[in-house]
Amino acid sequence: MSDTSLPQASAPPATRRTIGSAGDTLFEWLCRGAGLFVLLLLGAIILTLFIGGLPAFREFGLQFLWSSDWNPVEGRESYGALVPMLGTIVTSILAIMLGVPVAFGIAFFLTELAPQWVRRPVGTAIELLAAVPSIIFGMWGLFVLVPFVQNYIQLPFGETLGALPIVGVIFDSNNFAGTSIFAAAMVLAIMILPFIAATMRDVFNQVPPVYKESAYGLGATRWEVMKGVVLPYTRISVVGGIMLGLGRALGETMAVTFVIGNANRMASSIFDPSTTIASVVAMEFPESLMGSLKQSSLLALGFLLFFISFVVLAVSRWLLRSRLK
Amino acid sequence: MQNGFNRRSLMLGAAALPMAAAAPAFAQQATITGAGASFPRPVYERWGQAAREALNITLNYQSIGSGGGINQITNRTVDFGATDAPLPAAQLAERNLVQFPTVMGSVVLIVNLPGVADNALKLTSEILVDLFAGRITRWNDPRIVEANREIRIPNLPVSPVYRADASGTTFVFTTYLSRISEAWRTGPGAATSVQWPVGNGARGNEGVANAVRNTPGAIGYTENAYATVNRLVTTQLRNKSGRFVQPTLATFQAAASLADWNKPGLAADLVDLSGDDVWPIVSPTFILLPTNPVADRVEGSRNTMRFFDWTMRTGGDAARRLEYIPLPEAVQGLVRASWSAVRDPSGRPITFA
Repeated sequence: MSDTSLPQASAPPATRRTIGSAGDTLFEWLCRGAGLFVLLLLGAIILTLFIGGLPAFREFGLQFLWSSDWNPVEGRESYGALVPMLGTIVTSILAIMLGVPVAFGIAFFLTELAPQWVRRPVGTAIELLAAVPSIIFGMWGLFVLVPFVQNYIQLPFGETLGALPIVGVIFDSNNFAGTSIFAAAMVLAIMILPFIAATMRDVFNQVPPVYKESAYGLGATRWEVMKGVVLPYTRISVVGGIMLGLGRALGETMAVTFVIGNANRMASSIFDPSTTIASVVAMEFPESLMGSLKQSSLLALGFLLFFISFVVLAVSRWLLRSRLK
Repeated sequence: MQNGFNRRSLMLGAAALPMAAAAPAFAQQATITGAGASFPRPVYERWGQAAREALNITLNYQSIGSGGGINQITNRTVDFGATDAPLPAAQLAERNLVQFPTVMGSVVLIVNLPGVADNALKLTSEILVDLFAGRITRWNDPRIVEANREIRIPNLPVSPVYRADASGTTFVFTTYLSRISEAWRTGPGAATSVQWPVGNGARGNEGVANAVRNTPGAIGYTENAYATVNRLVTTQLRNKSGRFVQPTLATFQAAASLADWNKPGLAADLVDLSGDDVWPIVSPTFILLPTNPVADRVEGSRNTMRFFDWTMRTGGDAARRLEYIPLPEAVQGLVRASWSAVRDPSGRPITFA
């Protein structure tokens, strides 16, 4: 350490510097390689899915996106992505509608209302919820949530709301098995809750205290501070956090498969069974013959799911960019 | 004390190890790998356990589904593939495969109707199709009541349950529905997964069994062994001869005894046969073996034939205990004869005895 700082020892440091810079260059390229490798891998996956799905896109064209058919019977094969795509998007959006208010409540409680000694254990518990494997949510959903949804939500609310004009059809269903779009949305809501709550709590904590204190000083209530100071300041990051949750909801497979009813046909009611892209692929892939139109259609579905998730995550990154240093 | 004991047992173990390795029984243990259908998995596993001792063959069977089994054996990544839906002769020739049956299994209907006893409900083929087509939506439908005058059926909505994953069980069941109903044949049709007009999908035989148990008014179909193990309420069916039959080993065997095996690929068709005591939904399950194994895989093919030769001779009781039907004597001869098509790279038949 001390001899490198001596100016007269110029020759040895020079050689040492070249060795050092060679190591630096090597390290730099290794890191760059690792970064590029991930990008290449991502590109390769998209490309594989696209090439695999090409026969289906070629066979059905744009019809693949709009057709609600899914008929694997030999001789009259016809595949369309509409039902699983709608199922994926509807369950995810419903999950956001159910999950965000609760997540907001948790974040509000943890940052503004809770006494200091409560914040840490409750915050940790929320984060632990994110570590529960999805298959556990699936089993719990099937045995606990599905009968609950059927007996206490679908039967009382479905019957009443189903009598409403026009919108009634959304709630009116003659599916009595309990496995439904709504049950899937509830399971998803619980699964994405910790992500959204944790993001919201973190961004709420980033609001400079002086802003909040000024508002309190002017006589604002807690809710007025939240509505007038915290939310406007963090609005974009909150939306970004919600998008992150949406990204997870879109790709969730096992938990959804357990509770959605796996019916590849158009659902008119949120209490009807439906299916999602991820569960169709998981259910049908093992029995699809290599090079068959069915396998190609499943790969094409995978490509579409990739595309949808990619767009959602890209938007969330873009919205969160100011908060992600 | 504890420590000393552990060390001694460890030393004993170490002393025993070289002796065990020297024993010829362990040195000759061969492994065969297979992949495919989940329908016969319980019986293959039982046979595999027994063969480890008796034949010194370890079976590594992965029930990844018939489609996966066909893919794997076509790529020659396993010693044999297993499928529920037989491959047509042209495809067998194209992929250089020989096909033979191993056991027969049956598909049964399970219901959840409180107060209705096992095998009490009688279903005609018209009622069965209409239940799964959504044309009968409540269990007190006049046609069901008409066919079941002696029992009380609760007035529940009908919830059909089907296999969400593509499966051989679905193939057999929808083949039956297509035989008994023209509307079903031209509508949803028969395949490992079809477009179900109504109902909910559950994953695997276990999933269907659970869904039916949890939903009053549900009706589903499953491989017979799962219904037996889970003590589910099964139904009677009216067969082609117009008789109501119960799903028992006797009615399964009645179907098996009427099968015509003189078909390419030994693809006997046991669905909806006529006969007084015949259960209408019975099907064999098949093994696919390459006719031209590469040099590395010759031993695997030989051991696969040894394994299935042995199961045909001695595995019958194990199969019957799981309510599968073993192959009749005459069919076993046909299976052994079909193996003569399996040749090593120099063109000689591979002997298995």
